[in-house]
Amino acid sequence: MQNNTKQPSYGRQLYKRSNKKPLNRINYLNNRKRAVILTTSLTIIFVIVYVAGMLISEDAVSGSFLNAKIAPCFKYPFGTDALGRNVFLRTLKGLSVSITVGIAASAISAVIAVLVGVAAAAGSRWLDAVINWIIDLVMSVPHTILIILISFCLGRGMKGLLVGIAATHWCSLARVIRGEVLQLRSQQYIAVSRRLGKSSGWIFVNHILPHLVPQFFVGLVLMFPHAILHEASISFLGFGLPPEQPAIGIILAESMRYLSTGMWWTAVLPGITLVLIVLLVDKLGDNIKMILDPYRAQE
Amino acid sequence: MDRGIFARLVKNFVVYGLRIISLLLAVSIIAFTLVSASPIDPVQQYILGLGTAVSPEKRAEIEAYWGVNEPPVRRYLTWLNELLHGNMGESAIYRRPVSDILWERFANSLALMLCAWVLAGVIGFALGCVMGMYRDRLPDKIIKKVCYILSSMPTFWLGLLLLLVFSVWLGWFPIGFSSPIGVLSENVTVGQKIYHLILPAFTLSLMSFSNIALHTRQKLIDVLNSEYVLFARARGEGRWTVLCRHGLRNILLPALTLQFASFAELFGGSVMAENVFSYPGLGSAVSAAGLQGDVPLLLGITLFSTLFVSVGNLIANLLYGVIDPQIREVGR
Repeated sequence: MQNNTKQPSYGRQLYKRSNKKPLNRINYLNNRKRAVILTTSLTIIFVIVYVAGMLISEDAVSGSFLNAKIAPCFKYPFGTDALGRNVFLRTLKGLSVSITVGIAASAISAVIAVLVGVAAAAGSRWLDAVINWIIDLVMSVPHTILIILISFCLGRGMKGLLVGIAATHWCSLARVIRGEVLQLRSQQYIAVSRRLGKSSGWIFVNHILPHLVPQFFVGLVLMFPHAILHEASISFLGFGLPPEQPAIGIILAESMRYLSTGMWWTAVLPGITLVLIVLLVDKLGDNIKMILDPYRAQE
Repeated sequence: MDRGIFARLVKNFVVYGLRIISLLLAVSIIAFTLVSASPIDPVQQYILGLGTAVSPEKRAEIEAYWGVNEPPVRRYLTWLNELLHGNMGESAIYRRPVSDILWERFANSLALMLCAWVLAGVIGFALGCVMGMYRDRLPDKIIKKVCYILSSMPTFWLGLLLLLVFSVWLGWFPIGFSSPIGVLSENVTVGQKIYHLILPAFTLSLMSFSNIALHTRQKLIDVLNSEYVLFARARGEGRWTVLCRHGLRNILLPALTLQFASFAELFGGSVMAENVFSYPGLGSAVSAAGLQGDVPLLLGITLFSTLFVSVGNLIANLLYGVIDPQIREVGR
């Protein structure tokens, strides 16, 4: 990175001399730097939304019937719902609740995925077969149904939701990690290391684990949109968070009751916010992947 | 080729069939454990559902009949035994045998899922071809953006939006239910059923076509970059001739395989779509069963959905074996 900024690369000099285009900001940056800047700014937006949601007090989201069913205006950007609550603040608060659930669930899920993936690839043959069978098992029940079952088992609420999402999302990442470890194991430098007398544990920590770190983080970030969408869906069905909690799924479930009366804002605007957050994290994941993956760094 | 493709198919069929049976057994054990461990008391829910006060003696009688106080393993074996004889128990909220409800609701769900599945497959494949042919040009960029945005949307929210636009604002479609309110179920015409099916099916297919479109795009680009396409172009074949002669043949079957492998998402999506549109299928039954503590129905639908997804995966796996010579060789 530092080298790049101090010594102008050959390509850029050529660019200057040819003078076809003005040297604007975007052309000046190479793809990698652009990805780094995008990642940072997206992360900052994400954190701002999260913290803002956390800081909103309970009083701010409780409303009075006097100003119920107000269409979006300057004071209430998302309008108010049938109980007179400020939908914008409720949405922000709900988003931060959803983000907490999403992060926690995908972190647990990613850890499970790494453990299972490594065990499948590094362990014995029968362990691999058993793990593949378990993955098949989890994949053969529709996730929505499995989360409903787990949530039913734990008596609904936040805990059931968290466990349910964490238990269903690790499969594909586990497969990726398994493939990665299997591929690494057949590399020459691993064989050389083994001939040099290093133990399996040493090889794992020094040669294999460093390769899994980027996979882990990329997998984690890309898992998050799925987790948050499932959280919203399950809350919408009524299995997730309790109804008084301002979660996106609950706001949208409430809005459904007033849909036919023409209160479009409580349905449309919170949903758009959710989609924007999901798109943002998706973009974030792509950029982190581009930064961490040496094969794609040149694109 | 000492053994024909047919023999291989039969062998694969048996192997995967055994796998499905083992999966179903495991799912039944897990699901049973989960509902047994639940703090939600099914007896209490059943009594609530009766709508009348129940004396402690009567309650004890129900508990004894249900075998609540027996050890869990014994209860499971009894349940499994009954299940194998075709008795799935009685639903607590509908007061009818679970198997009856399953079939009736599955017929509705199947109509919905089949429409959405076919629609998503056709739209997705066509858009994928367009994207592949116009790679990195305007149509490709636009459709790709649309696909990404659609796959970041929750199904139920898209359903809400469609409901808002087409039912509330334009008034073209009904707000819910698979038949008009106030008409007996025998008197509902096929036309009315289809009319009530359009919006949920459209929602479901919008949710699932992006996956197939992006996959088809990638496959088509791979094909168009190959040497045989270069040779075909050198012979003077046009772009669309190449698509018809070389492209479609190579990408159609993988796309179909992917479609069969997507039954899990399809079912999950239909749960959401049915709840938004109050469509009386399996999806709305499962959320009702979960919310009201109807254990027999919940277990029945779980097993049924597993079977449904497994059959899709089975077909996908068999298709893989048929289309890909490399997998075919490994399978021997």
